[in-house]
Amino acid sequence: MGRKKREDSPSKGEGKPGEEVPKVPIFIMGKMYEVPASLTIQKAFEYAGYQLIRGCGCRGGICGACGTVYRFPDSQKIEVGLACQTVVQPNMYLTMIPFFPANRAIYDLEKIRPDLESLMKLYPDVMRCVQCNTCTKACPMDIEVMDYMAAAMRGDLVKVAELSFDCVMCGLCASRCPVEIAQYHIAILARRLYGKYILPKSEHTDAMVKRIEEGTYESKVEGLMKTDEDQLKKLYNEREIEPERAGEDWTPKDSQYL
Amino acid sequence: MSGYPPELKRLLKKVEETRPARVERKKRGEEFPVLSLQEREERLKFHPDYKGESRREIRVGPNKGYAISPEIVDLLEAKSRVDPDQIDLSEIEYETDVLIIGGGGAGTAAALLAQEQGTKVIIATKLRHGDANTMMAEGGIQAATKGDKDSPYYHYLDVMGGGHFKNTPELVRTLVIEAPKVIAWLESMGMMYGKTEDGTMRTLHGGGTCRQRMHYAADITGAEIMRTLRDEARSRIEDIKVLEFSAAVELILNEHGHCAGAVFYNMETEEYFNVKAKAVILATGGSGRLHIQGFMTTNHYGATGDGLILGYRAGVKLSFLHTVQYHPTGVVFPEQAEGLLITEKFRGAGANVLNVDGEQFVNEREPRDVESASVIRECTDVGKGVPTPTGKLGVWLDSPMIDMLRGEGTVQKEFPGKHILFRRYEIDISKEPMLIYPTLHYQNGGLEFNPEGETVIPGLIVAGEVTGGVHGENRLMGNSLLDVCVFGRIAGRTAAAYAKERAKEGRLSLEHVKKYHGELEEAGIVTDRVAPMLLPDYGNPEVRERQLTAHYVGTIR
Ligand SMILES: Cc1cc2nc3c(=O)[nH]c(=O)nc-3n(C[C@H](O)[C@H](O)[C@H](O)COP(=O)(O)OP(=O)(O)OC[C@H]3O[C@@H](n4cnc5c(N)ncnc54)[C@H](O)[C@@H]3O)c2cc1C
Ligand code: SF4
Ligand code: SF4
Ligand code: FES
Repeated sequence: MGRKKREDSPSKGEGKPGEEVPKVPIFIMGKMYEVPASLTIQKAFEYAGYQLIRGCGCRGGICGACGTVYRFPDSQKIEVGLACQTVVQPNMYLTMIPFFPANRAIYDLEKIRPDLESLMKLYPDVMRCVQCNTCTKACPMDIEVMDYMAAAMRGDLVKVAELSFDCVMCGLCASRCPVEIAQYHIAILARRLYGKYILPKSEHTDAMVKRIEEGTYESKVEGLMKTDEDQLKKLYNEREIEPERAGEDWTPKDSQYL
Repeated sequence: MSGYPPELKRLLKKVEETRPARVERKKRGEEFPVLSLQEREERLKFHPDYKGESRREIRVGPNKGYAISPEIVDLLEAKSRVDPDQIDLSEIEYETDVLIIGGGGAGTAAALLAQEQGTKVIIATKLRHGDANTMMAEGGIQAATKGDKDSPYYHYLDVMGGGHFKNTPELVRTLVIEAPKVIAWLESMGMMYGKTEDGTMRTLHGGGTCRQRMHYAADITGAEIMRTLRDEARSRIEDIKVLEFSAAVELILNEHGHCAGAVFYNMETEEYFNVKAKAVILATGGSGRLHIQGFMTTNHYGATGDGLILGYRAGVKLSFLHTVQYHPTGVVFPEQAEGLLITEKFRGAGANVLNVDGEQFVNEREPRDVESASVIRECTDVGKGVPTPTGKLGVWLDSPMIDMLRGEGTVQKEFPGKHILFRRYEIDISKEPMLIYPTLHYQNGGLEFNPEGETVIPGLIVAGEVTGGVHGENRLMGNSLLDVCVFGRIAGRTAAAYAKERAKEGRLSLEHVKKYHGELEEAGIVTDRVAPMLLPDYGNPEVRERQLTAHYVGTIR
């Protein structure tokens, strides 16, 4: 491929020729680079000359590949962010932590119950949490990690599931925990138990699966497969549209194809 | 970065002025008129696919003469990353029953099903397991699960209509009939669907649907599916081995012409190694990172269309690659979030699309291609785009309407991901609209296959975004997550059965690659391009000029 400038390319930060682009100094693992002030940390790495293999997955704040810790020379505080979502600031000292070792239990969801006992059996470490709040401070997704750990210790899976829902499994919480817990593995177990056993089961889905297995729709769909394009277009144009604000009790006028 | 700059704040006033009346109309059920099929065709002239140089004919291989995006043709008309003679096929690093290339949704679903059939599985994937487009999907997954108002019949009609009636009927049939089973399957693995108190799935419309059948998990449906599938695969570690940072660069065939493994590149140590298998599933996803026509993209870092190249060189035809899907609503401002997807669910939930005067110019629930074309037309021909501080154009997506229609707090609750994202830039999207423009989103077409997942090459099974036919010329939202689950599961089953019953031992070969190189030469294509690309090039050209001793193969050092 040519070396066209991409919309997404960090070199874009250089701006149009002749235009003055403010640059800021940042310290990647302690080494200073001057980068355009508008870049995310991820693009700043690339601008500096790195080709990312680790630390880059979705580039959109959801895969958790790019957990980053940073601090400023005059500050006591360690700050965190996702490299793909955080804009550089002058004099930030940063490093990505693209991987952090954490043990994960092996389980068969069909064979465990949604309760404290299951959690404790698979992750006995849960009870070692000293509620220090370091994990919450380390979470780039602003998740109340300590609170969901407290809920886990009580066996309140609903709370764990709800509080941890946005977790991107970046591992930063685990990297900072004084008692070396892998919070996010506990959280996903709780979420799956919640999704499977605590959230009420969808009966209409089961009913539909049953009808499909009985072959209810085979002939109806096959009929459409044999329909020529013009007729198909007609059926398409005439299909009744469920109003956007219809309630669950809405039913279409024509029920022969249900 | 602090919110919208003053120029945009001023323009925002117009949106606020027209908003109360628009909300009232919505409440009364009055919608901006949808285009007829004929009007749609007119409108589509503004779609990037219809631009003069948007397609070029492929000069070699099974689809010689087929015109598709030049960015993809460039890669098809390129050499292997490695000289096939340098690969010693007698050295096998791993051997397995089923080899799955690509650890996204389709690949992982396939792994689970293949394992359930009693086969040993290896998933080899380019980045980490789950670094994939599946992880990024937001809006939802379609399925006709509500028998009182919906059925696979209507789902079928919608899929065909979205795809311009060109889809492969047998594939669509499988998609819609298997759909409810997939929803139940994911539920049984603990996926956290949005539900009411009695377990009824919450469902919404998507562009081009006639029934509300979009199931979701807040605005991170794909992430919820991906992490659920991945977690399940991790619990089956005895049988499902995952090789991360391993990119497939070539398929291996055997003397019978059956697929029997692949050559991989270790992205970290830069070694090549071979994996031998009885059956191979190709599930490498899409190609947004090729930045077709220079468009920004929503796709993950590794979406470089590798599977297309691998399959094509081995002799599998391409279909429906002549259209590319642009998502109508990508972020254009702030610049840091550029290209990021704003899920269609915002429009499904009632947010209008507005021009610089705060006026509607298109119904917000047209199919994606029509919606995108309409936005581009408004910004170009009509001249009513909203100028951004970086010199681009966009239109407003009026998210605050959602709170007005569905209650205070809805935006924050239903779209937590985007709410947090914009809050970082000091924009509260429950109070202020977003600025959007179409962004490169989905591949639409790919490798030809049948409803069992099979290609023309025995032992080579495909699934997911790398395939073509299910969605015809245009995919509807929510049908792709469905596609990867439906056909991923089928691929797993088919591959396991093939591995157990039909696979035939034979001498391994890369002859097809040499033959392909020969064809390139015959067609007079002299090039130093290599493919698959593996990763896009976001390096700084100035740095590269000074890397005097570095050696790049394609985009990678
Ligand atoms: C931002 C976004 C939002 C979306 N929203 C929705 C939605 O709401 N509803 C919906 O239905 N669909 C949606 N989609 C589309 C849908 O998510 C994808 O089409 C689908 O998930 C693709 O799944 P897949 O398994 O085929 O590919 P992917 O999930 O992309 O997985 C492919 C995997 O293959 C790996 N790979 C690639 N090349 C190689 C190689 N050479 N060797 C080894 N491994 C390789 C990749 O790294 C990746 O892990 C969205 C897509 C995006 C990008
Ligand atoms: S950091 Fe560890 S010990 Fe501290 S609150 Fe979090 S889980 Fe508990
Ligand atoms: S809870 Fe832990 S793993 Fe999850 S996003 Fe926060 S820091 Fe990352
Ligand atoms: S790259 Fe995925 S979260 Fe940053």
